[in-house]
Amino acid sequence: MFYRETGQFKTSYAADQQIFPIRQDRIGIMLLLVVAFVVVPLVASNYWFNAILIPFLIFSLAALGLNILTGYAGQLSLGSAAFMAVGAYAAYNFQVRVEGMPILASFVLAGLTAAGVGILFGLPSLRIKGFYLAVATLAAQFFIVWCLTKFPYLSNNSSSGVISVPGIEVFGMKFDAPQERYLLVLAIVALLALAAKNMVRSTTGRAWMAVRDMDVAAEVIGIRLMCTKLLAFAVSSFYCGVAGALYAFCYLGSVEPDGFSLDLSFKILFMIIVGGVGSVLGSFLGAAFILLLPIFLDIFLPWLSGVLQLPFDGATVSHIQLMVFGALIMFFLIVEPHGLARLWQIGKEKLRLWPFPH
Amino acid sequence: MQFFFEVLIGGLLSGIMYSLVALGFVLIYKASGVFNFAQGAMVYFAALSLVGCLEKGAPLWLAFILAFVIMTLLGIATEKFVLRKMVNQSPIALFMATIGLAFFIEGLAPMLWGNQVWPLDIGLVDEPIGWILDRYNIVVSSFDLTAAGLAMALVAGLALFFQYTRVGRALRAVADDHQAALSIGIPLQHIWALVWAVAGFVALVAGMLWGSRNGVQYALTFTALKALPVLILGGFTSVPGAIVGGLIIGASEKLAEIYIPPVLTDIFGGNFGGIENWFPYVLALLFLLVRPEGLFGERHIDRV
Repeated sequence: MFYRETGQFKTSYAADQQIFPIRQDRIGIMLLLVVAFVVVPLVASNYWFNAILIPFLIFSLAALGLNILTGYAGQLSLGSAAFMAVGAYAAYNFQVRVEGMPILASFVLAGLTAAGVGILFGLPSLRIKGFYLAVATLAAQFFIVWCLTKFPYLSNNSSSGVISVPGIEVFGMKFDAPQERYLLVLAIVALLALAAKNMVRSTTGRAWMAVRDMDVAAEVIGIRLMCTKLLAFAVSSFYCGVAGALYAFCYLGSVEPDGFSLDLSFKILFMIIVGGVGSVLGSFLGAAFILLLPIFLDIFLPWLSGVLQLPFDGATVSHIQLMVFGALIMFFLIVEPHGLARLWQIGKEKLRLWPFPH
Repeated sequence: MQFFFEVLIGGLLSGIMYSLVALGFVLIYKASGVFNFAQGAMVYFAALSLVGCLEKGAPLWLAFILAFVIMTLLGIATEKFVLRKMVNQSPIALFMATIGLAFFIEGLAPMLWGNQVWPLDIGLVDEPIGWILDRYNIVVSSFDLTAAGLAMALVAGLALFFQYTRVGRALRAVADDHQAALSIGIPLQHIWALVWAVAGFVALVAGMLWGSRNGVQYALTFTALKALPVLILGGFTSVPGAIVGGLIIGASEKLAEIYIPPVLTDIFGGNFGGIENWFPYVLALLFLLVRPEGLFGERHIDRV
């Protein structure tokens, strides 16, 4: 009843090409941004900022990065956590070693460093694909984490590679309180998400999708495979790198290389599977889902054990978590391979007709 | 030089153990085109089931059979509830589903059998073989040698099974072409369940050998990560590739672990141990740049 585009005519090319062609979508996204930027900082508590909102935004960004590579360009990567690590350590080094380096500049440089490393590890994708490539990205995962642990220079000679980040200051303003950090992260994530949304609608994005669907065919119609694939690796690693820098600076404050383990890579992969492979919105939905699920289980399982009179100890809860994660991944891949984003789309289609059947 | 040979032989023997895990991957990949990331979790599950049955008081042979039955059930369940529902999805989607399966099994196994580290004694002792030590002054573990012998016997047995039995022929037919196999009346779903059972058997042997050496624990799942470079080196579709790849990876990673860190320490200072975690991957990666389908893999021709 409310969600209907009847009567909205496109009279210019600009109107035809805007990101949200339907007015209700535009209003919705504006409302969402207002809530995120204004209402949430006013009402949310410190626990919400530190434990849910900030990590949610950061993981969304990382998932977005992986989604660009896996969802749009079709190159499965199991090394996204390593690129986050590159971003985190690069940002730290730029901050510590360059006097008076603005923090935003070091975030960008961290992203660029990660992009460079991403291109390096993306090179094999020109020769190999599919599973071989997925296994090859594991090389990045193990090699980078090892390097960060073993080369003392990279962590400024701290023991076993642990880094503690200095405080954040943008244009002379300190960003210490949780809501301030939240706003900083939110601004960066919103900007990068907008850029990603536009990128996947552009020539670049279409080339990625052509390569994903069949790279030989894409080559035949004149897409340069090398540029396209390496660009996907670079952009994806840039996003992961910035996410890693934010992860270190705005979320944890102190990180170690082992924190960026294969498990984190899998977690990010799960986010895009659950959220929707090849969808910007899906990255956000997936990150929220994967992040909230353990919190939900932590509350729900003890309650369940109380009701059923079953003794669940901490280990059992973590095993059940693993099982639920695994089962959910299989469930989504079987029932809805396009993830939550697809459900959202179906919901919107239904809403267009509601309350009429046709 | 003696030391070099000692490291080399140790590496080759542990490489056989990697091959054993890689073999499970190859079997399933050949027969169903699924790249089964859960193989490592299956090794863990198999070893835990074996130990669990032993704990309940079963003798070793009975525990082995029981564990095999459990692995078969797991394989059939996987086929029925996951793979059958995912027919016609892309191989990458199937691969991601097996990552989910790996997590599921990693949660399920300790729920069923407990998550402590179990010792597993299958009557093999881990000590140097006397006469080699006397004659050449090289330490060769009798345990490793027995394990390698077992692995070789397993591979030979599988090769015979594939070559000379009716079921083996059906398996090879399915591996060649699903549709053609179906059209001549080979029951695809039985064959797949069977392949998963055989992979479960391989996982059980691997889990038994690895477990009796390091104890049965969660770390067994990491054997899959050791087997992956073996796979890409040898090619996903080749049983001999898994063996040769395992030998190359095993030998080279042990040699690298011994000989590379001192060089790095000379240049940069500091401690550079733990190279064996990534060295096989980088080696396999470099190798792929030269031969993208692995040593014995089938050359893949793309058609538009």
